[in-house]
Amino acid sequence: MTSDHAAASMTSDHAADIDRHVRVYIIVFVALMVLTVVTVAVSYLDLSVPMAVTVALFIATVKGSLVACYFMHLISEKKLIHAVLLLTAAFFVALVLLPVLTVSDGFGIDG
Amino acid sequence: MDIPYTEEVRPDTGLTNGKIAIWLFLASEVMLFGALFASYILIRTGAESWPRGDTMLDVPLATFNTIVLITSSITMVMAWASLMRGRFGTFRIYMAATILLGFVFLTVKYFEYSHHLSLGEFPSTNNFLAVYYTMTGLHMLHVLGGMAVNAYFWGPGAKLWKTNPVWFTNRVEHSGLFWHFVDLVWIFLFPTLYLL
Repeated sequence: MTSDHAAASMTSDHAADIDRHVRVYIIVFVALMVLTVVTVAVSYLDLSVPMAVTVALFIATVKGSLVACYFMHLISEKKLIHAVLLLTAAFFVALVLLPVLTVSDGFGIDG
Repeated sequence: MDIPYTEEVRPDTGLTNGKIAIWLFLASEVMLFGALFASYILIRTGAESWPRGDTMLDVPLATFNTIVLITSSITMVMAWASLMRGRFGTFRIYMAATILLGFVFLTVKYFEYSHHLSLGEFPSTNNFLAVYYTMTGLHMLHVLGGMAVNAYFWGPGAKLWKTNPVWFTNRVEHSGLFWHFVDLVWIFLFPTLYLL
């Protein structure tokens, strides 16, 4: 349910709809708590650094997606918002990758 | 002159102006934190050695703070849902809980910082601490900013509910989007700084 539906949603017709959303919020909340415990538990395992980073970032991405999709209503958001975020994601990936690629680039270095 | 499209959606975008504005702002925030994460990766991968976060920082305290912030996200969304149901009293309770949980987060952070500073661990001590203080410091400022806006909607800003409940509900949703973003950033900060 987004704010754009707010004008139409102040009626009792939508009360059941909101109740359904609240149930989803509670399920997401429980999932986030469980995943937090899993994140900490995994850090105690004797994993190699690349594996530990992969697992930790995977769990964080799942948690972040739950927050974005349900608490931030992205799952029912308009296409324009998705387009803005897609563009942001592209720039974000470039921002993170470019410096790393620059460092790992051996082009022009003798030997 | 009134701000246009605060309640009804713009026909061309299908959204209220406030909704677009907050998402564009959040997009800029992604780039702000993205720059810091990129710097962190660069500094860490370029270092000869780097300490594991749990050898330098207090994991149980940070886990507690993670739980606090996630809980504050659900109280925030419940505050908005309460307005959607027309229950202003319940909104106030959930919003107060959100602000209180933000305060708990900052209090824990205060003790965490105090402990490090008392040990002589400053941002200038090493790169790990420089990254830690910069990223968690900026995040803390966001928590503080979110709390200020939420406090406004809990207090003086709530007058709008009486005259224009739809606009007020939209404003609370936008404030919530920011608050959830702050939670989302912490979800990534917690494992990358404290656990790896």
